[in-house]
Parts: sequence; structure tokens; C-alpha cells
Amino acid sequence: MCTYLTEKIVVDGSGKGAAGWFSLTDATVYLDHPQHAPAEHTLNIDFLNPAQGPSARVAVELTADSARALARAIEAALQAAPPGLA
Amino acid sequence: MNEALIAETISIAGHGGDEIEAYLARPLGGESFGGVVVIHHMPGYDGGTKEITRTFAAHGYAALMPNLYHRDAPGASPDDAAAAARAMGGVPDERLVGDVRGAADYLRALDGSNGKVGVIGYCSGGRQSFLAACSLPLDAAVDCYGAFVVGTPPEGMPLKVRPIVDLAPNLSCPLLGLFGEDDQYPSPDQVAELDKALIEAGKAHEFHSYEGAGHAFFSVNRPAYRVEAANDGWQKIWDFYGRYLAG
Repeated sequence: MCTYLTEKIVVDGSGKGAAGWFSLTDATVYLDHPQHAPAEHTLNIDFLNPAQGPSARVAVELTADSARALARAIEAALQAAPPGLA
Repeated sequence: MNEALIAETISIAGHGGDEIEAYLARPLGGESFGGVVVIHHMPGYDGGTKEITRTFAAHGYAALMPNLYHRDAPGASPDDAAAAARAMGGVPDERLVGDVRGAADYLRALDGSNGKVGVIGYCSGGRQSFLAACSLPLDAAVDCYGAFVVGTPPEGMPLKVRPIVDLAPNLSCPLLGLFGEDDQYPSPDQVAELDKALIEAGKAHEFHSYEGAGHAFFSVNRPAYRVEAANDGWQKIWDFYGRYLAG
């Protein structure tokens, strides 16, 4: 099947999509068949603003190794920030 | 057959009379033709499925693919529309049946139609092809690796679908099933269970499961593509539709 477990979170920030920058309200994280990446399954992240319609979307499709590396890098960057910034 | 065809985007009346986008490809050879409703896969109304639709026209069938996500994301690109539809839990079964009914009616009304209409669906569309064939009067149905005809989606899946194997006694036409032995959705056990239900219901069907192939083996632009399974699968489709739909 082409759909698997989905994590949905509320996010606050901005993303740059096909029509330029927009405010982000939601993100979904799921392992699924990719649209474009040359792999059978990828870890997909959609940064979204559903109120602005389906095209308000920034999408990435990462191999499992890449996704884990990204998660570690995000944590490392946040940990390394000076106190009070993150 | 001279293989000349025309392919274009049109509007059709779908479920509830809603105007929805659809992709029509039909032969121009002047001979009468059968019709095929093409049900796109979960990734949507995309280039790959339009190519499949044109392939049917090149083989002498009028083929019509409704955009099942048109209402969820009008005008959006196929991948954005698929993401939106996915987040909403997929296409409701009742709406799917109404959209296929509208597409089948459109095909039967085409000048040159022989009055016969079949259906084919890939991935989530495989289940929907079976659903349509159990809900509407059709002449032939093809299920390409449709999951959850048998079995319930695991806890946490966003897809809001239920198993529909209990509809087998209502199947209105012969069914061709094409599956990959390495697929888990549907798994070989689930394919066997559907086979058994169709035998018990006395319904004409033929199933083929390909060694070394998994889900989506027809998708030429994806790593899941398996050339031997896909080539043989196409041949099975031409043979099957040739018996039940051809001019």
C-alpha cells in the first residue's frame, strides 16, 4: 500500500514553496513511496499551511539514513545554541 | 488499427453530479471501441497514469481517468493534491463509485462506443476497481495490487478504508488480478483469501502473482518497476480486455 503511519505536528515558522514564502502551521512526517526520490520508500516531510490550500506545501523525500542524519543535525544545532536562543 | 488517438483534459459529471476533471484518450481509427475507466494510484492523477491512459487508446480502447482528488485540491499539482487527499484519509468509497459511474456513463455515450466498459486500478485504485465492479454494472475489471480488499489498515494509518471482500458476491463482471509476490499490501495471503472468496461466490476471475515483484511494478518511473512482470501483466490485460471489451 502507498501509505503508512503519519506523524502530524503543529509548527510555527515559514517555508518557501513554489509561489514564495508562506507561514507554516502544520507538518506531516511519514514513511511512504516517494513521488520523485529514486527509492522504494522514503521518509517524507510536508511543511504545510492547509488554510492556504494544497499548494502551500514544502515537501522533502529523504532516504532513511538521510532522515536520521537530519534529525541528529537538528538536535545538535539546537544543543549548540547559546543559552536562551533555542 | 492505425493507432491514431486523441488525448485531452475534459470535465465529466462525477458523484452527486459534481463536475470533475478527467483525462480522456480515445482512438481515431473509426472502428467501434470498448471503454476503460482508469483509476489512478495513491500518488494521484499524474503523468505516469496519463501515459497508461493513452496506452489503452493506442490499443483501441477509449480510456477515461477521473481526477479523484479534484474536489480536495482543485487546480493543484498532482503531488500536492495527493498529499492533501492522503491527509484527509483518502477517497471516500461512495464518492469513488459515483465518479466511476460518471466516467463509465461518459464512455458508453461516446460516438463509436460498443457499449462495453471495463475498469482498471493501480495501488489504492486496485481496491477501488474491485469496489466499482461490485457496485456498478461493468463488463471487465482489473485489480493491480490493490490493498485492503482483504485486511484492515494497521493502527495509525491515515487511510480510512475498510476491507470489502464481503462484496465479492456482488461482483458484476470477470476480474483479472495482477499482484507481486513480494508485496505486503496486499500480501500473498490476502490475495489467496480474495481468490477463495471469489471461488466461493462463483465469480469468474484469474489471478497472476509475479515472482521478484512487489508493489507498483507497473510504474515505469519508479524503482518498483519490474520489466518482466509489467510486460507480462500488460499482455494479460490485452488478452482479458480482448475477450470482454473489444469492439
